[in-house]
Amino acid sequence: MLEALNYIPHPTASNGELATHFTDLAPPLTARQAAIESARCLYCYDAPCTRVCPSEIDVASFIRNIHDGNVDGAATGILKQNIFGGSCARVCPTEILCEDACVRNHDVEGRPVRIALLQRYATDNMSFVDHPFARAEPTGRTIAVVGAGPAGLSCAHRLAMLGHDVVVFEAQPKAGGLNEYGIAKYKLTDGFAQREIEFLLGIGGIEIRYGQKLGENLHLKDLHARYDAVFLGIGLGASRRLGLTGEDAPGLLAAVDYIAALRQTDDLTALPVPRRAIVIGAGNTAVDMAVQIGRLGAELVTLVYRRGFDAMSATHHEQEIAKANLVRMVTWVQPREVLLDEAGRVRGLKLEKTALEDGRLVGTGETFEIAADAVFKAIGQGMAETSLADPLATLLKRSGDKIDVDNHFRTALPGIYAGGDCVAPGQDLTVQAVQHGKLAALAIHADLLMNMEVA
Amino acid sequence: MKADLSIDFCGIKAPNPFWLASAPPTDKAYNVIRAFEAGWGGVVWKTLGEDPPAVNVSSRYSAIYGKNREVVGFNNIELITDRSLEINLREITAVKEAWPDRAIVVSLMLPCEEHYWAEILPKVEATGADGIELNFGCPHGMPERGMGAAVGQVPEYVQLVTSWCKKHSRLPVIVKLTPNITDIRQPARAAKAGGADAVSLINTINSITSIDLDRMVALPTVGGASTHGGYCGTAVKPIALNMVAEIARDPATQGLPISGIGGINNWRDAAEFIALGAGCVQVCTAAMLHGFRIVEEMKDGLARWMDSKGYRTLADFAGKAVPNTTDWKYLDMNYKVIARIDQTACIGCGKCHVACEDTSHQAIARLVDPVSAARTYQVIDKECVGCNLCEITCPVQGCITMVPQQTGLPYMNWTQDPRNPRAEKVPTAA
Repeated sequence: MLEALNYIPHPTASNGELATHFTDLAPPLTARQAAIESARCLYCYDAPCTRVCPSEIDVASFIRNIHDGNVDGAATGILKQNIFGGSCARVCPTEILCEDACVRNHDVEGRPVRIALLQRYATDNMSFVDHPFARAEPTGRTIAVVGAGPAGLSCAHRLAMLGHDVVVFEAQPKAGGLNEYGIAKYKLTDGFAQREIEFLLGIGGIEIRYGQKLGENLHLKDLHARYDAVFLGIGLGASRRLGLTGEDAPGLLAAVDYIAALRQTDDLTALPVPRRAIVIGAGNTAVDMAVQIGRLGAELVTLVYRRGFDAMSATHHEQEIAKANLVRMVTWVQPREVLLDEAGRVRGLKLEKTALEDGRLVGTGETFEIAADAVFKAIGQGMAETSLADPLATLLKRSGDKIDVDNHFRTALPGIYAGGDCVAPGQDLTVQAVQHGKLAALAIHADLLMNMEVA
Repeated sequence: MKADLSIDFCGIKAPNPFWLASAPPTDKAYNVIRAFEAGWGGVVWKTLGEDPPAVNVSSRYSAIYGKNREVVGFNNIELITDRSLEINLREITAVKEAWPDRAIVVSLMLPCEEHYWAEILPKVEATGADGIELNFGCPHGMPERGMGAAVGQVPEYVQLVTSWCKKHSRLPVIVKLTPNITDIRQPARAAKAGGADAVSLINTINSITSIDLDRMVALPTVGGASTHGGYCGTAVKPIALNMVAEIARDPATQGLPISGIGGINNWRDAAEFIALGAGCVQVCTAAMLHGFRIVEEMKDGLARWMDSKGYRTLADFAGKAVPNTTDWKYLDMNYKVIARIDQTACIGCGKCHVACEDTSHQAIARLVDPVSAARTYQVIDKECVGCNLCEITCPVQGCITMVPQQTGLPYMNWTQDPRNPRAEKVPTAA
């Protein structure tokens, strides 16, 4: 996966030492800390945190349950809205969602209740003997879900709960999607992504088939023909291109590929770690990449972005993490050329300064170079075109990379639904994907019921 | 600071009104000396009884907690002193000699037979103690033996024992009252009739603080069982204040010195008791939770507040709230307040709205901005009855205020109100 970096040296530190750099960025709360923090919740009515939660978790209620010592009740409240409540507690940008909405920000304290950590406390410490959600009477219907990421598995779980059987088709050898392959290691540590899925599958009725790649050994027309409905939760599998010469040279790599390798390896010393790294981009993936390569031992990490800090999609909180990890952030520059050495390997980037002119971003013509041993691009993801290449899939209506869906996550093709990062609405957040999957399941269920009544 | 905190409470002088109540903190010389070193004005020595001394069980206290584990209510099943009379008397003598300016009052509990009292009182007097306090309030253990609250609940016994004490001792007699009674004025009147120099109240309230739901037994648990204890701490202050006020405004006991006890944590609590007629206050739970050092802030806070109000002595404000404590029927039916929400201070928690909407008068509207979906909460004046619930639920101090309205109507109490079917035919002031 990291062939492009195979000449780059490996970390000098031991695996054990490196591993200490990838423990929980936000350590979990102890029972006493959870009691203190939950006591800070005002139990608002029509609570702003809940109103802003993409997965509609009743925050005030679960926090009150924590405070009252009813951890399983708290966890159930979270999971009934968001079966990925555990990973969302770790990866959700709560600083722009529930914790931003918390009324405590406006109180003289000026500090929100730490909702994410409380949600993690509840989901980490739940102690259910059986899966907390029971399946409805079997409907006799089987639904195909493509993609075992948060959207697909959220959809699958809700469908199973509603009494349907589900077959999930996953291209990778493991389920979890970005939770397994794409999140910074220190945000989602250990085997949590897999443990969460194991718990999710505990409801029964869900079969996952691995190595099934849409457009290769799996075709939408077949799924459409064989199953009662299809849900596409295929994400955005292609890393966008810079459109520069040298883009495919050794030393240049998509950040998501490196992060996937970092998350999957058992031996961190096996990873190539450049002495000087440049990360292109300004989203959470760019920050994750920059911080992690620094923690692996890169001496100089520079993040370059063509606009200013305000325009970064990485939240302020993420930017602070980058700063705390000594990532140098250079704004108002755009890559002009990938600089190569005599061997044809990346030796740096030529960048052009940028400015806004009548609201438009323009190059100023002023260029400079930053030397680097490797360049990671984190400039966004697009639809992997091969996924939607079969004749039926080409009939899906799209807006650019995103599949068009209605309010019920129905695509233009009857019986085919889609959600998560591959569809248009919302931000590309895990919590959003989970909500899409859940709502799509409800829509699939309603549509199937209606068809049954008609029939 | 100009304020003079010294007191003369029914003839007992002390440099300040903060006394430690008869309880574990005043059980022996070691504790009392530490208390005096910390600055307490006086102590009521933990209750002495007949020999052989009482025996206590292990596991004695339990509590209820606020949201952050701060103790709001405290419960104990400890009996009176478990040390011999001789040791206690010797220590009292020594401590009084070493600390002549501090008040030492000796708490006593003996069976209801005169000879017990006649026998012990000269011994107590010989210690040099400043007074005695009759423990007619202990609600646990001792009543089963015919003492403590078992006496305090029968006004005739209160009067009888008080009169014995007056007969056999020259020391001022303070009668400590139990709150485990329907009408606190009855034992107070009996104490006065028996010749008491003062009353002190409240003793602790019968209580079970909590149940261990796994073991199905109350706390504190002794072996596999529990028993009710005596409740004190912050939670009992309102009950104590009311009982103090009842006695202070009862014509039959008017002027009878009162030592206020119950949930006093700080100078403000003390000032409230004094405003309702107390001449000194006794503290126990707060000291047990924080140590004797709290008296420093209590004295400092009280003195500074007195300075800010121009009160030179405690007598300057003692009892000042008593005339304003009256029967419901004398409240002004024409008085009206309405809630006002300071929108700049409001943090939008919605608690006032749901409280009013669900449980009161539907007088706070929830307005949703059609564009931003932001919520604002607004009082509907004509529905507001001025109950204060919203002000109480609001987590932001000062955000909701209850604003008196100019009704233009004169004072009119219920006895004068035409809506009162049993209204007294008394012409109104207007």
